[in-house]
Amino acid sequence: MAQAETKTNPKAEKTAELARRLKERFGDLIAGPEEFRGELSLKVADAERIPEVCEYAKKELGFDYLVDISSIDNYGDDPRFTIVYHLYGYGHLCYLRLKTDVSEEKAELPTVITVWRTADWHEREIYDMMGIHFRGHPDLRRILMWEGYPYFPLRKDFPLAGKPSEMPDVAFSKPAPIEGGPFVAAPGGKDAIEREPRVRTPED
Amino acid sequence: MQKSADFGYDSKIEGDLVVTKRSAAIDWLQKNLDKGSNWGRKNSLWPMPMGLACCAIELMATGASRFDISRFGAEVMRFSPRQSDVMIVAGTVTYKMALAVKRIYDQMAEPKWVIAMGACASTGGMYRSYAVLQGVDRILPVDVYIAGCPPRPEALLDGLLRLQDKIAQEPVMATLKKAG
Repeated sequence: MAQAETKTNPKAEKTAELARRLKERFGDLIAGPEEFRGELSLKVADAERIPEVCEYAKKELGFDYLVDISSIDNYGDDPRFTIVYHLYGYGHLCYLRLKTDVSEEKAELPTVITVWRTADWHEREIYDMMGIHFRGHPDLRRILMWEGYPYFPLRKDFPLAGKPSEMPDVAFSKPAPIEGGPFVAAPGGKDAIEREPRVRTPED
Repeated sequence: MQKSADFGYDSKIEGDLVVTKRSAAIDWLQKNLDKGSNWGRKNSLWPMPMGLACCAIELMATGASRFDISRFGAEVMRFSPRQSDVMIVAGTVTYKMALAVKRIYDQMAEPKWVIAMGACASTGGMYRSYAVLQGVDRILPVDVYIAGCPPRPEALLDGLLRLQDKIAQEPVMATLKKAG
């Protein structure tokens, strides 16, 4: 059924065509597209060439809006991190996702701030939460945690409760008490009591 | 234009009544300085609205006409710490914001009080995480904790009244003598 819908949807056709043009331009660098719920993802093999691909997507394919950049920690796998670029074009109203892998040892890739200026804060957030550096970023500071915080809290090996940290006269943090927690939401529950964040011990 | 002397105080016309009353008041205050200054302080608490999350919406409702915090003399929300008496910490205090909260508290002039409004400000609430300070009492001395998530405006007003009761008990003279 999804296949039939895709064929009759002009926007999906347009997205597929844009993905095809990107693949034609860069050849083996780009794998995919992978479809999920009517949206396409392309995998860029070399993270070093991300600005080049993005430049082409913006200038030639009309993806003038960088919706978000997010990062995934595939803890235990190699390469460990995946960076995901969500692109959108106000001309053709199509979404496209670009993914690229970054290894834990390197944890660095070039910035796309030269393509979309809005990448500034997205990249700062990824740096803050995951500890991935964006080479060429003009102002790569922490954005959510305070300056000088020693950890990257969204990594999978960082505990939810946090680790103690100390900066005399500036800040401190202690692990949050987790007894009886964590407070976990259960999506798909049949009523609000099942769905809302509550103390759920693993045996429940 | 009238001469300025026309506006002067004339005891022949107005009597000594005002002067007498004032001196009586001073006598009474010197006898009851604790009571007097506490009475003045507690009925004119100027809040520093430290609105950090959804509790701030209830704080605004408390300030608006339906609940009307001015009935208790605390309607003068001051956005300058230099002019405020009570900091109402309304919302989730993240570690990053905790630095600013502490700094603003330090800038407030004595005497000063703190109300921790709601579960988050009191204990971190449901945010048991690396990013959230587990209760603002880890960095400031809190006078009144208000339960609720968020507390209703009535609860905030109740907390304010309890703070007023607490202020009424403060030994001002003893503190001043110790300091002086």
